[in-house]
Amino acid sequence: MRRPSWVPEGTDLDKPNAARVYDYYLGGSHNFEVDREMARKALALWPELPQIMRSNRAFLRRAVTFLAEQGITRFLDIGSGIPTFGAVHEIARAIRPGAKVVYVDRDPVAVAHSRLLLEDDPDSAVVQADLRDVEDLLDRSEVAALLAEGEPVAVLLVAVAHFVSDDENPSKLIATIRDRLPAGSALALSHASLEARPDQAEDHQKLYRMTPTPLTMRTNQQVTAMFAGFELVEPGVVPLPRWRPDQPGTVGEHPERIAGVAGVGFRS
Amino acid sequence: MSGTTPVNGSAERFHEDWSRLLSADHGIAVHPGLLGRLVARTAALLHRAQLDEPFQPRLAAQAGAELVDAHFTDPVLLARAVELLQSQPIGDDRGPALTGAFAAGWANALRERTLSEQEAIRTAADAARKEAERALRASEARFRALFESAAIGIGIGDTDGNILAVNKALQELFGAAPADMVGRRVGDLVHPEDTPGVWEAYEELISGKREYFQFDKPYYRQDGEIIWTHLTVSLIRDDDGVPQYQVAMLEDVTDRYRLQERLRHQATHDPLTGLPNRAAFFERLEKLFENPEPGARFGLCYVDLDGFKVVNDSLGHDMGDQLLSAVAARLKAALTPLGHLVARLGGDEFVVLLENCRGEQEAVAAAKTVLKALAGPVLIGDHKLAVGASVGVLERRVSTTTPGAAVRAADLTLYRAKEAGRGRWTLFDPKENARAVSRYAVSVRMPAALDRGEFFIDYQPLYRLADGRMTAVEALVRWRHPQLGVLGPDEFVTTAEETGLIMPLGRWVLEQACGQAAEWIKQYGDAAPQLNVNLAVRQARSAALVTDLGRILDSTGLDPARLQLEITESTVVGPEDEALRTLHGLVDQGVSLAVDDFGTGWSNLAYLRDLPVSGLKIAGSFVGDLHDPAKDGATGWRIVSGLVSMAHTLGLNVTAEGVETRKDAERLREMGCDWAQGWHFGRPVRPAEIARRIVEEPKGRPVEER
Ligand SMILES: C[S@@+](CC[C@H](N)C(=O)[O-])C[C@H]1O[C@@H](n2cnc3c(N)ncnc32)[C@H](O)[C@@H]1O
Repeated sequence: MRRPSWVPEGTDLDKPNAARVYDYYLGGSHNFEVDREMARKALALWPELPQIMRSNRAFLRRAVTFLAEQGITRFLDIGSGIPTFGAVHEIARAIRPGAKVVYVDRDPVAVAHSRLLLEDDPDSAVVQADLRDVEDLLDRSEVAALLAEGEPVAVLLVAVAHFVSDDENPSKLIATIRDRLPAGSALALSHASLEARPDQAEDHQKLYRMTPTPLTMRTNQQVTAMFAGFELVEPGVVPLPRWRPDQPGTVGEHPERIAGVAGVGFRS
Repeated sequence: MSGTTPVNGSAERFHEDWSRLLSADHGIAVHPGLLGRLVARTAALLHRAQLDEPFQPRLAAQAGAELVDAHFTDPVLLARAVELLQSQPIGDDRGPALTGAFAAGWANALRERTLSEQEAIRTAADAARKEAERALRASEARFRALFESAAIGIGIGDTDGNILAVNKALQELFGAAPADMVGRRVGDLVHPEDTPGVWEAYEELISGKREYFQFDKPYYRQDGEIIWTHLTVSLIRDDDGVPQYQVAMLEDVTDRYRLQERLRHQATHDPLTGLPNRAAFFERLEKLFENPEPGARFGLCYVDLDGFKVVNDSLGHDMGDQLLSAVAARLKAALTPLGHLVARLGGDEFVVLLENCRGEQEAVAAAKTVLKALAGPVLIGDHKLAVGASVGVLERRVSTTTPGAAVRAADLTLYRAKEAGRGRWTLFDPKENARAVSRYAVSVRMPAALDRGEFFIDYQPLYRLADGRMTAVEALVRWRHPQLGVLGPDEFVTTAEETGLIMPLGRWVLEQACGQAAEWIKQYGDAAPQLNVNLAVRQARSAALVTDLGRILDSTGLDPARLQLEITESTVVGPEDEALRTLHGLVDQGVSLAVDDFGTGWSNLAYLRDLPVSGLKIAGSFVGDLHDPAKDGATGWRIVSGLVSMAHTLGLNVTAEGVETRKDAERLREMGCDWAQGWHFGRPVRPAEIARRIVEEPKGRPVEER
C-alpha cells in the first residue's frame, strides 16, 4: 500500500541519494560525504561513470533543444534531480523564450534545492511527487495545469525510469502518462543499459541498493518497449552519444561502451 | 586593448588546441554555441595575458574563473590547460606567472563555487527537513483529530497487552475516564459470553501470527452494564516488521444485538408461557440427529393435559391461559433442574426432551416427574383447579429413527395413554406404534397415495470393507404423507401387506429402482453400484412376481446380475414352501438373493442351506448392541464373528448392518466381514447424492478415513 500523500516522506541524509551522487559524477558539490563515498566505490568499479553521466546530460540538452525546435513550449521533467548546470528551462528558453517547465522529483532535498533556484521564475514550478504513484503525480495542480491547456507537452524521463523496478511496471506508468498527454506531445527517455558492460551491471546495481532508489538496468529492447504508443524519431533508441550528435565527430570512440541508451518519440 | 602584434599562426594554433581541450569531457554536455563563445572569450583573455604590456596576471585568472563558472570543474582539465599554456612560446619570462595566475583563478573560483554549492545543498536539506517536520506535525495533528473525534471507539495498546491510549468515543462507550482505562490490560476485558476463539485470535495477533481479526464482543461498562461491540483489532509493525502496537476499533452494536436477541427470543419462545416453542423444540431435536455419538439415545415425554377443554369452555379462555402458564411454570421448575428441555407445542400439549438419555428408566422417571408436578391443584383467582395429564414416553437410540417419526410415535403413544385411562404414562411400543399409524391414517389413504405420487425412493450405500468402495445401494421406499410427514417403510409396509397394497407398491418400487440403477450403469459403467431391493413376504409368495420381474428387467434394460433381492427369514417357512419355487424362478432369471435382517427371526439354519441365496445381512441390532452399556461387548463381538464365519461356511457374502463407527467398521473388516451398511457409511439419500459418490470416490475411501 502506498502511503497517503499527506504523510510526508522522510529526508534521510544518512543514505546516499541518486540525485546527489549524480551531481558528484558531474563535478558538482551539491552532495554530502555519504554520497561521495558511494560514488567513489562506484567509480572504482566503473571509471567511465562520469563520462556516461556527461553523455546523459548532453542527451538531455540535445533532446530539449530538438523538441523546442520542433515547436514544443511545455516540458514536464520527471526525476529532474539537482540542476547542476544547463537546467531544462534555460536550454528550452534559448529557443522558445517563455517556455514552461514543471520539475518533478521524489527526493525532497532535490526539490528544495530546485525551489531555491527557481523562486523567482513564474514560468516554472517544482513538485515533489513519485513517478511510481503516477496518478497522484498527474493530479498535482501544477502538472494538471501543464497538461490541461491543449498545447503539446514534452515529458522528460531522463535517467529515472531505471529507478523503477520491474514489479512497479515502468511501461504501465509511462502508458498512464501517455494517455493524459495532449495531441502532438512527446517523450524523451534515457535509461541505464544492460548491454554495454553486462559484467559490471550486477555490482553496480548492488551499490544502488544502498540508496532509497535501487537501480534496474534494462536491455535496448525493453527500453524500446517503453515507447509503446509513441513514434520514435530517427535514430530510434540508441546509445546516448549516437542520439542526434551535434557533429558526427562528437560521438566519440566507442559509443556502445556508454552504458546508457536514449530515444525521443511523439505520440502517435 | 594591447598594441602588441600577435605572433602569426601561433595564436590560431592555440585557439584550436584550446577549443579541442574544452570540447572534450565536460564540454560535450555544454551547448555548442555556449561552448564556442566560452572558448573564444577565454582564449582571448589568455592571449592578452600572454602579449599585453604590461603583463596582467588578472586576465589569466579570469579565464580560469570563467571555466569554473561554466562548470569545467574537473582537475584533469586544469592539468591539461596548464600543460598547454606552459608549452606556449612566450617572449618574456612571464610564462610561469601566467600559468600560476590561471591556476589560482580556477582554484579560487572552484573554492567559491564549492562553498556556495555546499551551502545551497545544506540549505535545501534544511528546507526539506523543515518541510518534512511541518508535514509530519500536520499529519500528526490530522491523525490526532481523527483519533479524538472519530465516532468509533479506538484504543491503542502495546504487544504486552497494556492499554496506552483510548479516544473519547471509547471512553463514552465504556462510561469511563481515561484514567480508568489507560494502564489497564487488554486481558482484563474478558466477558463470560465472549465468542469462542476471540482470545486465541488475540494471542495470535500480538505474537505477530496474524494481522487483524474481527468479532462481535461484549464488554462490561464501568457501571457494570453490558455493551456489545463489533470489534476489529489490527497489528502495527515497525519498519523491520516487528509487532509494536495493537489498534482496536469498537463499534457499539448493543441496540442491534438486543433487537436480534429479542427477535430470536420471540421466534423461539411461546409468548404465553415463556417456554421454548415448537420451532425451538424441533431445532434442538434435529440437532441431536446431526452428528450423534455412536449409541446415543434420547427421550421424549409427550404431555397433554386431561380435561383442559372443560376448563377453557366453562371458565373462559383467560382462565385457561392462566392455567397453562401455571402448568408451564411447574413443568419448568420440576424438569429443567434435571437438565431436560420443556417446550410448549401448542394448545395444552407440552413436550419434555431428554438429550443424552441413559435409558428407558430415565425417560420413565421424567414422565413420573411430570405427573407429580401436576398432581397438586392449581390456584387461579378463587378457583382451585385440579389438573391431570397423560404422558406418552419414547426412548430410543438416535440412529434408529428420525425426528419426525419420533415425535409422531410419542404422540401416538400419548393417545394410547389417554385411551388406557387418564393421568398415566405409557411407554412406546413399536408394534403398537405401527398399528396405531395404520389405524389412524395409513390404511385409509394408502391406496390413493400411489396414484398421487406420494411415494419416493431413497438409496442407502453399502461399502465393501476390503477396499472401501461403494459396492451396492439398497432402495428404501418412503411415503410423503400429507399429514404425518415422511414415513419410513417400517411404519407402513406391514399395513401395505395386510391390505394387499404391497403388490402394486412393490412392483412400483422395483420398477423405479431398476430404472435408476440402469441409468447409473449407463452413465458410470462398472463404477455404478449393485441394486438391492426388499421383497415383502407376500410378494415372494406371489407367482406373478417372476413375470413382473422379467418385464421390468426388459423394460429398464437392467442387467439382472446387477440386481439383488432381499428376503426375510420368514419368507420361507419350510422345505415344501411354495415361495421356494418363486425364489428359484427369480434366481433363474439371473438375479441374486440375500437374507435380510438375519438373526431377528427364528432362523432355521438348515433351511438357509437349501435357499437359493448368495448373501446374508446381519441385523443392525447385533452391531448396535455392542455399544449398549448394559450388554457385554465381548460376547456381542463373538456373536457377530460367529455369524460371519457361519455365513462364510455356507459360501455366503456377509453384510453387517447398522455400522455407526469407524472402529466397528475396522473390526468387522478384520474379522472378514465382506460388506457394511449404516450411518458410518451413509444414511439413505437422494439418488443425486449416490451419483456424487460414484464420481467422487472412484478409488473408494479407505475404511479408516471415514
Ligand atoms: C540520475 S538523476 C537524473 C536527473 C536528470 N533527469 C538528468 O538526467 O540529468 C535521477 C533523479 O530521479 C529521481 N527519482 C528516482 N526515482 C524517482 C521516482 N520514482 N519518482 C520521481 N523521481 C525519481 C532521483 O531523486 C534523482 O533526482
